[in-house]
Amino acid sequence: MRFASHRDIARALERALRRAGLPVAYSAGFSPHPKISYAGAAPTGVASEAEYFELTLSADLPPETVRAALDDSMPEGIDVLDAVFAGEGSLADRLTASDWRIELPGVDAERAGTAAAAFLAADTVEVERLTKKGRRRFDTRAAVAHLRVEPAGTREAQSAYAIIRMVVRHTTPAVRPDDVLTGLHQVAGLAPPSPPLVTRLAQGPLDEASGVIANPLAREGQDR
Amino acid sequence: MPVESIFGRLEELLPRVAKPIQYVGGELNSVVKEWDAAEVRWALMYPDAYEVGVPNQGIQILYEVLNEREGVLAERTYAVWPDLEALMREHGVPQFTVDAHRPVGAFDVLGVSFATEMGYTNLLTALDLAGVPLHAADRTDEHPVVLAGGHSAFNPEPVADFLDATVLGDGEEIALAVTELIREWKREGRPGGRDGLLERLAATGGVYVPKFYDVSYHPDGRIAAYTPNRPGVPWRVAKHTVMDLDAWPYPKRPLVPLAESVHERYSVEIFRGCTRGCRFCQAGMITRPVRERSLTTVGDMVEQGLKASGFQEVGLLSLSSADHSEIGDIAKGLADRYEGTNTGLSLPSTRVDAFNIDLANELTRNGRRSGLTFAPEGGSERMRRVINKMVTEDDLIRTVTAAYAAGWRQVKLYFMCGLPTETDDDVLQIGRLATEVIRAGREVTGRRDIRCTVSIGGFVPKPQTPFQWVGQTHHTVVDARLRKLRDTLRADKQYGRAIGFRYHDGEPSTIEGLLSRGDRRVGAVIEAVWADGGRFDGWSEHFSYQRWHDCAERALAPHGVDLDWFTTRERERDEVLPWDHLDAGLDRDWLWQDWQDALHGEDAVEVDDCRWTPCYDCGVCPSMGTEIQIGPTGRKLLPLSVVGKG
Ligand code: SF4
Repeated sequence: MRFASHRDIARALERALRRAGLPVAYSAGFSPHPKISYAGAAPTGVASEAEYFELTLSADLPPETVRAALDDSMPEGIDVLDAVFAGEGSLADRLTASDWRIELPGVDAERAGTAAAAFLAADTVEVERLTKKGRRRFDTRAAVAHLRVEPAGTREAQSAYAIIRMVVRHTTPAVRPDDVLTGLHQVAGLAPPSPPLVTRLAQGPLDEASGVIANPLAREGQDR
Repeated sequence: MPVESIFGRLEELLPRVAKPIQYVGGELNSVVKEWDAAEVRWALMYPDAYEVGVPNQGIQILYEVLNEREGVLAERTYAVWPDLEALMREHGVPQFTVDAHRPVGAFDVLGVSFATEMGYTNLLTALDLAGVPLHAADRTDEHPVVLAGGHSAFNPEPVADFLDATVLGDGEEIALAVTELIREWKREGRPGGRDGLLERLAATGGVYVPKFYDVSYHPDGRIAAYTPNRPGVPWRVAKHTVMDLDAWPYPKRPLVPLAESVHERYSVEIFRGCTRGCRFCQAGMITRPVRERSLTTVGDMVEQGLKASGFQEVGLLSLSSADHSEIGDIAKGLADRYEGTNTGLSLPSTRVDAFNIDLANELTRNGRRSGLTFAPEGGSERMRRVINKMVTEDDLIRTVTAAYAAGWRQVKLYFMCGLPTETDDDVLQIGRLATEVIRAGREVTGRRDIRCTVSIGGFVPKPQTPFQWVGQTHHTVVDARLRKLRDTLRADKQYGRAIGFRYHDGEPSTIEGLLSRGDRRVGAVIEAVWADGGRFDGWSEHFSYQRWHDCAERALAPHGVDLDWFTTRERERDEVLPWDHLDAGLDRDWLWQDWQDALHGEDAVEVDDCRWTPCYDCGVCPSMGTEIQIGPTGRKLLPLSVVGKG
């Protein structure tokens, strides 16, 4: 699913809902659309193990029934892992940070480590990116809560293969993994020879003290 | 020989190309079968971009029909865009299928469906990337048999050098027959090698193998004769006609891609063939006679197709869908069944009559209401008689005003320019008609916000039609007429602003004309254009007229012919046409007579529809052993017991 855009995924979800025969609520108006809201969608080109959306149904169904029916109907490569009743507040409020893994084929782990240290040592690392609102310049350093280079595993030991893990807060404008890579390039000249493989491992509320991202669907108040 | 997936190598290239999702496959309802368990393996190609190719009905049907067979495997491949093509060349990645990412060169058959001629250069790219020699004559037993079908296969001569074989007409039965011949031939240890197989295919009388025919030419460039050059090869090759559409209810499990495609809907053909007899229409001529799918089968297919896909829209396809003998019941039945489910119904082609407005209202009951399209095709009454599109101006105004009165705000009218015997005035009549539509519409509705869009295409004479002999109007003439029309509309202060005007310039029509009615000598032009970088000729941003023009000049000069010779030259009755040995069932004398009848202008002879009037002997039914199959069945669609309502 790495190459699917958010639109592609949204379309697949709407179709899966119809195939599954789930009673989705539709918005009123000239061209009705199903009531689904997304938060923190991963950018195209990035794999993800943790995407969330909120869905309004027109009937009361047990979350597990909905999850199983949807999971059956989604295309291969997209699994529906969990469903709970929506609680108070918006979904976006519960998703305050993401845990990312960035694999850098052809980059030496030690080299990546030096770059990471330089990045963390800086007060601000401003980068520029073309956003929907035009070219924007923003800081990436403040959003990064954690950043470390994993020790090279045995599989990758023969050739240079660095793996970065980082926790990034959801800010506006959003700091994306490629922004951090741009930052690493700026502060330490890190230039991967082939495209990095980025995966989102988790999303959820960030505990600033421990640096741990909790499960946003934690079972408080699920039996409403 | 084990065949490995190339996905690993491809994946590394994908982050560097536009819309990579189109190359990863994984569509819902796609099928991956075990390579070694299959005896016959097909790679099916639609020679255009994935987003255009993936919804293609022909490919989807064959994909399912073949994969349902024991021991048969079918995968799909599409044209890759130039950005990926360059990377594939650089990294040695071959043309691949999107299902299991297997190299196309490893399959037994590469089946190509040509809906238009503008995909020819894309075939060459695919062959080259697959490591398959471009010329059929250079291929060995290692290479797949390159087999083409689709409407363009009714004159495959321009691509004859690149194809091993072609088939005409409906693909379902012949694809299976070809499969069985290949299976037998492989089981017997491939006697005679590649040519042994091609001879068996040719001997059926239903597969055309171009290299088994020699072409000779007159000194002036015209064709003298097509002659089979080995025993057992028929003089003429016949088209295939599926006679019971209810027995072939495909697609059952439509492909649903993750990527966006041009048609996001479940499409079901409600009938094949059309006998309205529009003289310009190749599709209508080559798909005769009319064979309807019954209302109950249509209902079952829609139910199953929606369940299997999750699509929100149903397209009721055919060449003239409102002509189905039970279209009213189909539309009402489906609208009732899916009431409250946000399921839209669409009818891609609409006829000009009032009945259509009721139908359109019914169809949009559960979905969106965008605009209505009508195709009078010719601007003047005279022009419409020439092309046998029998719509009077009164009919048109009445229909369109009824649409406005029923609440539609936007009506699109489709016309052609460059038709045989056309004058400037015929084209200017399009503008007059459009202003009349707006005037009458304003009068009926009392509103000023109604709109009418005039959309115009250049006419290209097609093989196997009564217009196969005509001289194509030069594109500069077409462009000039359309400029005049546009200027007139712009100058109209009263109605001009309510009329939209759409046309593309005429240059591509000339090349389409060359590729439509060309012969084997045109193959060198296609190859030269491709070698010079020609790709995706159906896309205006990729099409280069200059390149085609220059390559045609150079490649055709040695034969003493040129671009004009193939396009604007009118043919004589007895000239051997490059497709005369390919039999669509149409009686050549009938076609000629129909062309002559067209020339009587105001008094052009009208041809009725043989569904409602006696057979007028176009020749198809007796020569192909077919007959008209239409309803009504008198049945109705019953409500479905379980439909997820939202
Ligand atoms: S042979 Fe007669 S019935 Fe058959 S398609 Fe032609 S005109 Fe119609």
